[in-house]
Amino acid sequence: MITLQLVLLVSSALFCLGLAIVLLRRNAIIMLIGIEVMLAAANLNFIAFWRYGAEPGSLTGVVFALFSIAVAAAEAAVGLALILLVYRHFRTIDPGRLPVAHD
Amino acid sequence: MTETATLFLALALIPLPPLAAAAVLLFMPGRLRRPAGAIAVVAQALALFASGTVLVRVVAGGDGFREVLNFTWFQLGAETVVPLGLLVDATNAPVLLMVSLVGLLVFIYSIAYMGGDPRAVRFFCFLSFFSAAMLGLLVANSLLLLFICWELVGLASYLLIGFWFQKPAAARAARKAFIVTRIGDLGLFLGMIWLYREAGTLLFYDGGAGVLETAVLGGLAAGAAGGMTAATAIALLLFIGAAGKSGQVPFHVWLPDAMEGPTPVSALIHAATMVAAGVFLVARAYPLFEASATALSVVAWVGAATALLGACIAVAQREIKRILAYSTVSQLGFMMLSLGVGGPVAALFHLLAHAFFKALLFLGAGSVSHGCGEEKDVLRMGGLGRRMPLTFACYGIGMMALAGFPFFFSGFWSKEAILHAAQAWPVSPGPFWIALAATFLTAFYMSRQMLLVFFGRARSEAAAQAHESPRLMTAPLVILAALSVLPLVVATPAWPWFEALVRGGEAQWALSRLLAPEVWPLLAGSILLVGAGVGLAWWIYHPGRREAAGRDPLEDRLGAGHRVLAEELYWDRTYDFTVVRACRWSGRLAAALDRWIWGGAVALAAALARLFSALADRLDRRGLNHGFDLGCAGLRAGGIGLHRAHRGQLHFLLTTLGVGAVGLLLLLAWL
Repeated sequence: MITLQLVLLVSSALFCLGLAIVLLRRNAIIMLIGIEVMLAAANLNFIAFWRYGAEPGSLTGVVFALFSIAVAAAEAAVGLALILLVYRHFRTIDPGRLPVAHD
Repeated sequence: MTETATLFLALALIPLPPLAAAAVLLFMPGRLRRPAGAIAVVAQALALFASGTVLVRVVAGGDGFREVLNFTWFQLGAETVVPLGLLVDATNAPVLLMVSLVGLLVFIYSIAYMGGDPRAVRFFCFLSFFSAAMLGLLVANSLLLLFICWELVGLASYLLIGFWFQKPAAARAARKAFIVTRIGDLGLFLGMIWLYREAGTLLFYDGGAGVLETAVLGGLAAGAAGGMTAATAIALLLFIGAAGKSGQVPFHVWLPDAMEGPTPVSALIHAATMVAAGVFLVARAYPLFEASATALSVVAWVGAATALLGACIAVAQREIKRILAYSTVSQLGFMMLSLGVGGPVAALFHLLAHAFFKALLFLGAGSVSHGCGEEKDVLRMGGLGRRMPLTFACYGIGMMALAGFPFFFSGFWSKEAILHAAQAWPVSPGPFWIALAATFLTAFYMSRQMLLVFFGRARSEAAAQAHESPRLMTAPLVILAALSVLPLVVATPAWPWFEALVRGGEAQWALSRLLAPEVWPLLAGSILLVGAGVGLAWWIYHPGRREAAGRDPLEDRLGAGHRVLAEELYWDRTYDFTVVRACRWSGRLAAALDRWIWGGAVALAAALARLFSALADRLDRRGLNHGFDLGCAGLRAGGIGLHRAHRGQLHFLLTTLGVGAVGLLLLLAWL
């Protein structure tokens, strides 16, 4: 039997994994992937709270998750476009080595 | 221009030319000696011309002629106005003429006498300066202006006595004159302040509000303070100033020493003009003195004492100029005596007459010393009558005028007028008898000087080689000799024109007045006294006598008394023992007080201040500075930390964010 706690535990693990990717990697694309992982964890929570919630029949959680995924897709598109432009301009996509952020 | 305006123009033009000359000469190169003398003489001649104009106007003005021109000098705040003024009346107009005339003659004489001196330009500058100040003193209508000029003539006197400052005696004499007269001036200054407090003005005449006019004098005579009226106190204070300037006992000590200056200076300043300023002051402020019988008595007695003491000391002096100096002291005493006993006209006339013949005597003495190699001791002269005939003749006239030879000399009549006034003094017969004694002594010491200098045989090499002085020196002598005779016509009892001029009224010519019962006994008596004095001198110093060289026959006859007189009654030494020593000791005391008490206090304060500053320094360095440094280091570390956070290092920011979020979560869970 799969309980709510078990799902939340999985989603937390997923979030931490995403966070670790964002914090540890120096590649902007990988960091974007990490953000997507964290978002997936959040979506998993939406589904879980809907499935184990008071009204599992009204499909609200699924719709919310679908919207969230759509927004995340748009966001990823914008992010990738930005990364592409940054690469063209600076020849690097390591955010620590971007000169704009220095002093 | 109206007549009054012309008069004041002339009056202002009296002191201004000498002042301008002094200013020009001050900046003149020292080698232009002849032009310097010429400038001074021309300026003085202008002053003489203006004085003459003024005198003519005063004589034409008739009874009680007095013109006053007051103007504001400066203003303090809304109501305190300090006015000055010019004044001309019968009191100062003749004196103005006398001062500018004697001044002119002395200036001319100086061209010859000082022509060889390397600092002759400076000499003429000082002389002109003196002349300007003296004339300013005479025309002043304000005690303040008079006081300013009074101090300026004092300064000029100081500069001229000490003109040969390389001589220690001259420098000392200049200092002495300055200090002694300054003591008197303190009295004058206090009197002036008091007068201002009482009257609220210092103008002599101011259309009824001046200090010499009845409204103010009434107030002064009424208020009594400490047993005497304000008028008495003020008059006595003014008299202290006058006594200092005019060499009255006990301030006379500076005058004989002042003879260290060049002879023209002695003639002009210390015989004819400046020393008479004290007499003039009393004559000018006479209404004030008249308001107080006490003050007049003091003036009379001081004058009498001075007349007698000066004459006594003159008897035993050896230096030709010192004899004349004591004679001046004595004659000034006569003038003060006359003022005190209520004869201001006689005093004024004696002032004028004395100025001419005493200037003559001094210039003659200068000519004598000049002729015989700067010899000053009368006992080392002799027989100069043959070698310097012109000087001898002029000196003789001056001597006879001073000694009071009858009838043909101004000095006779002026002295007569003084004796007459003294005789009529109701308070005491003392001054009269003293004046008679002084008359006798005057005749004696002048005859003695005359006999020793011009008669007999030469008693030194220099005297035997003597020669007549140049014409530029003898010409003023001749003019002054004439002036020693001429003024007599305006002031004999037979024709009291001068008295009428000063007092007002009409002078009638009446020779018979000479034989009036209140006149002739005194005339005869004083002629007898003069004869006795001359006879006594002839008996002791007759030209044919045999004497030891350089020894005064009087010494043997008077014995110890002569010594006392020759030492000038030990007056200087008494001052040395009392006043000077007291000053010196109090100075020493003050110095010790200053050095040990006040100086110690200051040193202690300084040490304390140094201690505190050392402490403060340490506190600063160890405490404040160190703390400040620490603070700075902290700030810098903080700055570096903050700087790191703001460098835009994405991973650092994100890590911080993550750690922060976890921390917050933990905090929430823990709570």
